[in-house]
Amino acid sequence: MQHAIRLGVDIGGTFTDVVLELAGASHSIKVLTTYAAPEDAIIDGMHQVCAKAGISPAQIDQIIHGTTLATNALIERRGARTALITTQGFRDVIEMRTESRFEQYDLNLQLPDPLLPRQHRFTLLERVDAQGAVLIPLDREEVVALAEDMASYNFESIAVGLLHSYLNPAHERMIRDVLAERLPGVMVSLSSEVSPQMREYERFNTTVANAYIKPLMKSYLGRLKSRLADEGADCPVFLMHSGGGIISLESAAEFPVRLVESGPAGGAVFAAHIAARYGLDKILSFDMGGTTAKICLIKNQTPKTARVFEVARSYRFKKGSGMPISIPVIDMVEIGAGGGSLAHVDSLRQIRVGPESAGSEPGPACYGRGGSRPAVTDADLVLGRLDPENFAGGSIRLHAGASEAALTELGASLQMDALTAAYGLAEVVDENMANAARVHAVENGEDLAGYTMIAFGGAAPLHAGRLCEKLGVTRLLVPTGAGVGSAIGFLRAPFSFEATRSVYMKLSAFDAATVRDLLVALAEEATGFVRNCDASASIAAQSKVYMRYTGQGWEIPVSLSADQAANPDAATFQALFEADYTALFGRTVTGMDIEITVWAVNATTASATATPLPATPTGRMVTGHATRALFDPALAQIVQAQIVPRAGLAPGDTVTGPALITEDETTTVIPASRRAIARPDGSIDITEISA
Amino acid sequence: MSNVASQVMWNRLISIVEEQAQALVRTAFSTSVREAGDLSAGVYDAAGLMLAQAVTGTPGHVNAMADAVPHFIRRIGRATMREGDVYITNDPWEGTGHLHDFTVVTPSFYQGRHVGFFACTAHVVDVGGRGFGADAASIYEEGIHIPIMRFAHAGRVDETLIEIIRGNVREPDQVVGDLYALATCNEIGQRRLADMLAEFGLDDLDGISDFILTNSRRATLERIAALPRDSATGAMRIDGFDVPIDLCVSLQIEADRIICDFTGTSGVDKKGINVPLVYTKAYACYALKCAIAPEIPNNAASLAPFQVTAPAGSIVNAVHPAPVALRHIIGHMIPDVVFSALDKILPATVPAEGAGCLCNFQVSLRPASGQGRRAEVLTFNSGGAGARPAVDGLNATAFPSGVMTMPVEATEHTGPVIIWRKELRPDSGGAGQYRGGLGQYMEVGPAAGFEADFSAMFDRVHHPARGRQGGADGAATTIALDDGGAMQGKGKQFVPAGRRVMLGLPGGAGYGPAADRDPALIKRDLARGYISAKAAMRDYGLTAADVAAVEAQVTKGETA
Repeated sequence: MQHAIRLGVDIGGTFTDVVLELAGASHSIKVLTTYAAPEDAIIDGMHQVCAKAGISPAQIDQIIHGTTLATNALIERRGARTALITTQGFRDVIEMRTESRFEQYDLNLQLPDPLLPRQHRFTLLERVDAQGAVLIPLDREEVVALAEDMASYNFESIAVGLLHSYLNPAHERMIRDVLAERLPGVMVSLSSEVSPQMREYERFNTTVANAYIKPLMKSYLGRLKSRLADEGADCPVFLMHSGGGIISLESAAEFPVRLVESGPAGGAVFAAHIAARYGLDKILSFDMGGTTAKICLIKNQTPKTARVFEVARSYRFKKGSGMPISIPVIDMVEIGAGGGSLAHVDSLRQIRVGPESAGSEPGPACYGRGGSRPAVTDADLVLGRLDPENFAGGSIRLHAGASEAALTELGASLQMDALTAAYGLAEVVDENMANAARVHAVENGEDLAGYTMIAFGGAAPLHAGRLCEKLGVTRLLVPTGAGVGSAIGFLRAPFSFEATRSVYMKLSAFDAATVRDLLVALAEEATGFVRNCDASASIAAQSKVYMRYTGQGWEIPVSLSADQAANPDAATFQALFEADYTALFGRTVTGMDIEITVWAVNATTASATATPLPATPTGRMVTGHATRALFDPALAQIVQAQIVPRAGLAPGDTVTGPALITEDETTTVIPASRRAIARPDGSIDITEISA
Repeated sequence: MSNVASQVMWNRLISIVEEQAQALVRTAFSTSVREAGDLSAGVYDAAGLMLAQAVTGTPGHVNAMADAVPHFIRRIGRATMREGDVYITNDPWEGTGHLHDFTVVTPSFYQGRHVGFFACTAHVVDVGGRGFGADAASIYEEGIHIPIMRFAHAGRVDETLIEIIRGNVREPDQVVGDLYALATCNEIGQRRLADMLAEFGLDDLDGISDFILTNSRRATLERIAALPRDSATGAMRIDGFDVPIDLCVSLQIEADRIICDFTGTSGVDKKGINVPLVYTKAYACYALKCAIAPEIPNNAASLAPFQVTAPAGSIVNAVHPAPVALRHIIGHMIPDVVFSALDKILPATVPAEGAGCLCNFQVSLRPASGQGRRAEVLTFNSGGAGARPAVDGLNATAFPSGVMTMPVEATEHTGPVIIWRKELRPDSGGAGQYRGGLGQYMEVGPAAGFEADFSAMFDRVHHPARGRQGGADGAATTIALDDGGAMQGKGKQFVPAGRRVMLGLPGGAGYGPAADRDPALIKRDLARGYISAKAAMRDYGLTAADVAAVEAQVTKGETA
């Protein structure tokens, strides 16, 4: 949609970000999220940006929306009265989880409760085997009897998850038909539609999560659509999904679980778009806000997707402490490291930071709102990275004295003064993030050397330079609009939908006709969803298979070209797998059979084309009018950093570190090891000063 | 080296071993490694002292890994170590307790200097012999034994060794694939270590080793010093194979160490359920660390103050050539017996007894007609954990093992087996102020047209978990065919076509008197069906009216 007027809206935990784009211009605003009626903040923000742009809401052509509401409903357990119907003998799958403890040394460990208590999980006698054959047929009369028994419970939403239904959904569909007849008005979610993949715990849990938030999200989306219309914005509304694309409001209401993590997905799309503008193929996207940091690898300007992720981690963001949601999702790591993350000293006399966060109330000690424990922002202030008089455009005055007191107390048992404690705190949080990035890179078989970091989110520009030093990343981009990156990302996302199916096939028993039919069926399903959003755009379908050596437990994704999908043959599949396996793990394993476990087709319209960056003119060597004492952790000493306002930089202007480039929303720290150049798109491009 | 830099490097080393472990999970073939997390990875200084170990599913490797590298240094000889060397063993006494575990050690060189070691362990699919089970009478029947030797000389893999291994195991490709996976994960650790030394401008690990070990020793000793100087004994009787086994322990807390001795424990068994001392040490130490110093990472200094001894020839210090393949069954029971002693010294700290060992079984399937595809299916399952001093026990959750179960749908793809039931077992958690964790029911049988041998690896059939401080015992393990045919808790047993094995996996025991339980929790348990109406009235004193009220609430869809 060239020259269309589009509105991007991201509802986050604290702020609702609204971005309006019209021919050549962009206006954004952050308004406080209105929990009781989230649509209020959107309407408010929409009017404000329309006023800035001098247009009326009626002129908006399209609205793209992403939200944490679905995630929050799962975390806070604010979903509908929901039931699960499952195969007899398997009532407790979502409660028994993996039968393991995510923390090995805690004798008092508590596992998170399942979304539904046991008395809201019902069973029916039926069974399908691992080939999809019916071992025990489902008796319709028993379904009718169960539906009648369930009537008194007044369920609003019912999830149906039967064993091996990803291979044969007939029994799940029969249950839906009976429920529609006997319990009209109750919403139904089938596991064979929400997440048709093998592994019952993940599939059932995802289906239950979908059912649990469906009434809430359906009603919210309906209200939003009519409120927008009432306010004059009677245009199509689309939703960002966790896989980095957009879907229709109707699809979103049917499969709301796909909206989980839509905000961070928007951030990754934002970074991918900047990567395209700069023609960069290896990007480390780094998004650091108040509570968490998100790290994502973007190769060839496409964020990598995964099939499972974990939401609502209940124990220090620890892997395994949340619940698995198996839907297409942009693959990223999220750790409890943000500006508000709090520090303490443990029994090993080590400084630990996060995941506990001071939030906005009371906030870090320097906010002067009663917080007494040191947060990352306190360390940033004491290290000279922040200007106490000019934080958040001067809207919050920071109290350096309070930070120093909190840090002095932190350092007391370590014989560290406030500055050293601040240094230690900042190094620990930066190291935590660097370790998360390293592990994520290894899991993806990547070496971060040769990567460029793109940093956004309020706290990222303060820490990104140091993170690059730790990771050996030599180039860092801090784009404009970094504070509303996710909402901008929504406007760059294509319409897309990924359809997946679990079907086992060994290459030694490769059946080309079955493969072709399967990929065609998946392509039709995925394309159908996208076609609902855009009647005319050309839609590309990308096929992917997940493969492994027979006997292994972890698959790797292997992409197929259109021709390889249309004319599948085992030798080609083997060659593709071996090439990818070697890239990841260094060597192939000879003599082993190879198998395919999951098939996926992603249908997508073209992404917004990025205009390549014009050549950067030769600019000035800028020196600040003032300097501030800044602690440089790589040098482990205080340096005098020049202060340069970002607004005063013209394309081509260069600033040599140590420096602080300031703006209302944040400050970009240029370490002594780096220099910055202002690019024509307003980005700050920071590179290593070669020795 | 500044304090801040040292803190950063310690974190980094822990992150490096986690990466090392992750690389192993991604490339391994055996289900116990890739699905269940039965592996370890660690980094050591040049002297062979362990600096960091990945937290994986196996406390059983805790000390074994710390002890293994010094054995390698002694056997290989420091002077002969070259860059590119890789060493290997599956010796139960110098590795991690049975032949199925291969330990691989790689000396780490930086700028031509030897700076440390990386080591890792994984459970492989097969080592020949009689196959994985308790049936051997000596170690010689359990499979091939590889003493500590070179897997690679200065980068060149020993093809003779590979051929010998290939010729002696049932799944040569997978086993050799796993050995390469082990070597690869050490290489990954090594690369990261070199990056770290370069980044911090260091020549070796000496300074950081000192920092880690000094801090860990001090923190551990502070914890021990805070304990009462006291001693206590504990004992527990379990099923064993044919004859019951007594596990006996005495704990003595001194100013700077804890001595944990197993004198009085039964002698070695004829069957392969014996435990090398290194594995006993691991689980005893794990139990003590959980209770006393849970957040101090495992390394040479933090483990040293926990001193575990047992008479040679006892079942927890089995010596060569005793059979040891299923050493996990008794190994997993060790924390419960250590806790029975520790409870007398540190009241209100440790849980009641639980299911203890994992409730694993292996099914060997073949067509009833005798012709066609055969398959081996191994599954990991858990009973209930013991109730804690202020919280209920965990339902169907492994303790002390930390491994995961396999999805039923994935298991059914590995062979013609049908798991007909896998769900919580009501009334199996011991009653108490805090209820024991529920065990689970399982029903498993061959698919139509197949018959099977079922290799059982269960305990607590005759000796259920005992309650603590007035809590009731957990339910015992039950096992039988669906036609009523009797089955044993351990050993290989025939399952005809069309039959199912009916299992009741054991519950954890309760903590404190049931009379003290919060009535709201009793009603919650009844509403959820964790306890039956009968048990609610019998064990917890609910009236028939109470039960009716809860049931009415349930059918109205109300949750308490």
